[in-house]
Amino acid sequence: MKEEIIVSGRMNLNIDPVLHIWHWQIPLYLFLGGLAAGIMFFAALYTIQGKEKQYQTAVKWSMFLVPIFIVLGLLMLLLDLKHKLYFWQLYTVIRLQSPMSWGAWTLMIVTPIALLWCLMYIRDLLDLWKGKFKLTNGLIEFAYKKLDRYKWIDTFIAFLYKYRKVMAWLMIFYAVILGIYTGILLSAFNARPLWNTSILGPLFMVSGFSTAAALIMWMSKDYNEKKAFGRIDLILIATEVFFIIHMFMGFLASTEVQIEAARLFLGGEFTAVFWVFVVGIGLVIPALLESLKLYGFKIPVFLPAFMILLGGLMFRFIMVEAGQVTRYLY
Amino acid sequence: MRYAMAIDTKKCVGCSDCVVACQTENEVPIGYCRDWIVEVTDGTYPELELEIRSERCNHCDNSPCVRCCPTGASHYSDGGSVLVTHNKCIGCGACVSSCPYDARYSHPKGYVDKCTFCNHRVKKGQQPACVSVCPTRCMYFGDLEDPNSEVSKIMKLRKYKTLAPEAGTKPQVFYLI
Repeated sequence: MKEEIIVSGRMNLNIDPVLHIWHWQIPLYLFLGGLAAGIMFFAALYTIQGKEKQYQTAVKWSMFLVPIFIVLGLLMLLLDLKHKLYFWQLYTVIRLQSPMSWGAWTLMIVTPIALLWCLMYIRDLLDLWKGKFKLTNGLIEFAYKKLDRYKWIDTFIAFLYKYRKVMAWLMIFYAVILGIYTGILLSAFNARPLWNTSILGPLFMVSGFSTAAALIMWMSKDYNEKKAFGRIDLILIATEVFFIIHMFMGFLASTEVQIEAARLFLGGEFTAVFWVFVVGIGLVIPALLESLKLYGFKIPVFLPAFMILLGGLMFRFIMVEAGQVTRYLY
Repeated sequence: MRYAMAIDTKKCVGCSDCVVACQTENEVPIGYCRDWIVEVTDGTYPELELEIRSERCNHCDNSPCVRCCPTGASHYSDGGSVLVTHNKCIGCGACVSSCPYDARYSHPKGYVDKCTFCNHRVKKGQQPACVSVCPTRCMYFGDLEDPNSEVSKIMKLRKYKTLAPEAGTKPQVFYLI
């Protein structure tokens, strides 16, 4: 039997014994990015289909979370940078070869679109919240006053509303790009065999959309909307399972380093966390609960929704962590 | 011009002089290294084979680190050496993740750092620090496109390999075997 013992004198911080250059910030950023992309996708989709009345949570209310998610995500990205004061260098060039570069630019485009969308429905939000909470009453009064004082805002909102379908088409396009980007960011690195699979783009997008559908389902107060998003989630979960199986099939049919990468999940150190948290709690159990619900069982909505969100978050943490363990040499 | 390095694994004794020379010359922060020694023992006792390599950035022709860099801080310099412009680097770690040789590290000051093929010495016509101190003279540095350079001459005489060629990076540090 051939044996090999390797001794290396290198002990660079965060590089050895295994790469650990990306910590908790990146998976959280990918999670928030996927969630934002999913919410924008559904909001745009139902606007294009003209179903704003039926799907109010998807089109209006959940969209108010998107700018918050994006800002939080960008904050995570900033926290991850080691040369923080130079972050603006990202916006001095567009490098199409580098996913991180065009991802940063995509966020730059997506954020104003999301903010304009929120502005479009600001009066609806104010009407909804009026007199609901003592704490925010003053703020809402203030917002009303400003809106009444500056009439051009209403004119602008009316203009936005008139062209909302154009905005929706733009948003659906960039939502897909943002969703795929969260996966491509990792799959561009051929040095990390676990990440180096083109299915990671679609997989992360579907997973992001599924977490968004879960969140909308959780937020919604409308029975039909809840039911519709429960169904959407079922389809997305099935797609995700299909992609995960394909990912492993691809790995096992590939080169030695990718077979090693797959082994991390098939008996290796990430087996338990992956199959319990991602596949079990994140996909299979919520899918079962959703199916039971369709047959009339009474199941609280937060249960499957929370599980899907947790599963999505865990999936990103595990992929980022495990990917850094896989390598070509030693 | 294409700078390259050839390292004779039959002559290298793993003394780490190249490592110390590099750390001194380039003021590498304590605890880090831009080049390092790897000892690989192959086979089953008593039939063992030892290979000692002095490894560093491979200054690849198809560098994933240059491709992944979002700001263009990682770039190809004269002679194909891969360098990092410190005040363009945001410290995102994309290049660190993209390198199959793990040749890069995050400098305590924030930017990414790595072997430069001693760009500042080569410009003055000197050899890289590691090459210049090697007590067994197992390292050869020069222009691959010049048939009379030391590195071209030795590579005509000897068999050689590169590290992880399957990663598709076209490394330019060659190991004589």
